[in-house]
Amino acid sequence: MSERIEVRKTYKLYVGGKFPRSESGRTYEVTDSRGRFVANAAWASRKDARDAVVAARGAFAGWSGATAYNRGQVLYRVAEVMEGRAAQFAAEVAAGEGLSETKARAAVDAAIDRWVWYAGWTDKLAAVLGGTNPVAGPYFDFSVPEPTGVVAVLAPQRSSLLGLVSVLAPVLATGCTAVLVSSKERPLPAITLSEVLATSDVPGGVANLLTGDAAEIGPWLAEHADVDGIDLCGAGTTAMELERSAAGTLKRVLRTTAEEPDWTADPGLSRMTPFLETKTVWHPIGV
Amino acid sequence: MTHALDPTAPGRGTPAVGLDAYADVTRSDAALRAFLHGLPGVDQVGAEARAAQLGTRSIKTTAKAWAIDAAISMVDLTTLEGADTPGRVRSLAAKARRPDPTDASCPQVAAVCVYGDLAGVARDALVGTGIHTAAVATAFPSGRASRAVKIADVRDAVGNGADEIDMVIDRGAFLAGRYLDVFEEIVAVKEACGSAHLKVILETGELRTYDAVRRASWLAMLAGGDVIKTSTGKVSPAATLPVCLVMLEAVRDFRAATGVQIGVKPAGGIRTTKDAVKHLVMINEVAGPDWLDPDFFRFGASSLLDDLLLQRQKLRTGHYSGPDHVSVV
Repeated sequence: MSERIEVRKTYKLYVGGKFPRSESGRTYEVTDSRGRFVANAAWASRKDARDAVVAARGAFAGWSGATAYNRGQVLYRVAEVMEGRAAQFAAEVAAGEGLSETKARAAVDAAIDRWVWYAGWTDKLAAVLGGTNPVAGPYFDFSVPEPTGVVAVLAPQRSSLLGLVSVLAPVLATGCTAVLVSSKERPLPAITLSEVLATSDVPGGVANLLTGDAAEIGPWLAEHADVDGIDLCGAGTTAMELERSAAGTLKRVLRTTAEEPDWTADPGLSRMTPFLETKTVWHPIGV
Repeated sequence: MTHALDPTAPGRGTPAVGLDAYADVTRSDAALRAFLHGLPGVDQVGAEARAAQLGTRSIKTTAKAWAIDAAISMVDLTTLEGADTPGRVRSLAAKARRPDPTDASCPQVAAVCVYGDLAGVARDALVGTGIHTAAVATAFPSGRASRAVKIADVRDAVGNGADEIDMVIDRGAFLAGRYLDVFEEIVAVKEACGSAHLKVILETGELRTYDAVRRASWLAMLAGGDVIKTSTGKVSPAATLPVCLVMLEAVRDFRAATGVQIGVKPAGGIRTTKDAVKHLVMINEVAGPDWLDPDFFRFGASSLLDDLLLQRQKLRTGHYSGPDHVSVV
């Protein structure tokens, strides 16, 4: 019997709940940590980013308008589906990051746990970050955190799954919608995560995942007038330039550090609060 | 009888002969039917393929900037909702005058299109701007009313200050084959319009075939319509590229035969700059550059203008814009 020929994959983007090819028609080869061919991935262009922003804007009203409880349930469901794909994630992380099987599996477990952790935060943010304010007047005065809108996320270049989850989940948990550019060298966990998102209950357009070069797409997202916030985590040396561009449209900016943070550490609220706006209501009483 | 589209027909290659040459054609129902059914059939596959092929042209940089400005100047900014208020019409008129308040170089639109009872509000808000006031009439959008009611509707809209009237043809009569009824109705409406421009809505979504679109186009042009318009926007499918292609061929052939240049207005379903640019390419290729003029080509649209403005801002600033950066009505 002849030897079976493996099916070579050419992956696509995840935009608006669908899997389109790049508008540019470009693809690039993804290799593992030793330089061996693994798969072809779509190489997103600025127009793919533009389409993704349109999709994210379209999904924002529904996602931010859903109850926090409902968002939590949907995100928890994502973690359930990730659990079912754990072996695939582990293989991709091991190949891409050059980790041993045990370490890769530990990274996947940490990523799923991180996702569940953020899913739990959806209905607790308002209680922790908002509250009633004592004011000197006949008003019932309270503040609530609200999502800022469409957030562009440049995912970390090194940590391809735990880092990815650690930047995407907080954006979704707050009720924002996301346009994420994956790690360029290690995009496979992001592609598998988009397959997970498509088969869980996340509405199309809430999370849009582009594979390609953050240095190419980042400037377009930073300047885009319909993007309300940007996480510069994976921007590398271009981060300063992007921060300057983002100022042109008064975006919320989450700065990056020279070295990728230790993703296993407790993130606290640091990745959620940058993309929240505080709404304060003054309600007359005693009338 | 030679047919209008035959090379030997009156007007082909000879000086324009005017509409009088076709007086014969409209003298009776039978003659009109013979003429309309004698028009060459439309090659459906060919028309669709040609429209699709013209849609693949790449229009970039300076050509795109020209196309966007041309398209803005051809927009009939439309609001045809039951919930229209005088305030909404006034804010629409303000948007028509200055589509992009942040950029004085942005051209005005061609017209504001409203229901007849609000034409006066629109006219007052557009005084001195050169922007036309268009009103829909003749029991828009269904056209199901007696002729007396339709004529009264038209007179009312003209009396309120509309200088362009968008009428709907009686599709029921057209589909039943009573062409002369349709013809006489358009003639009567044209008379009621006085000096106002008459746009004849064929409602191509209800005509079923491209042959019927070609016949209806010729019928409307022979009856004295100044513009032929695809749709009311209330029926799906509305304006499609192949339908527009057939209508552009009709106005081109009509001018060749009579010397009279008729305008075209696709309406409904054109929402993006890309769609608008495809139409501009098609006008240039099918009818010719003479039609690239707000007097002879219009877009009936409400949301198209916003997308044109976003694309215009993109070209001007170099970065993508968003719906928060255009004025709302």
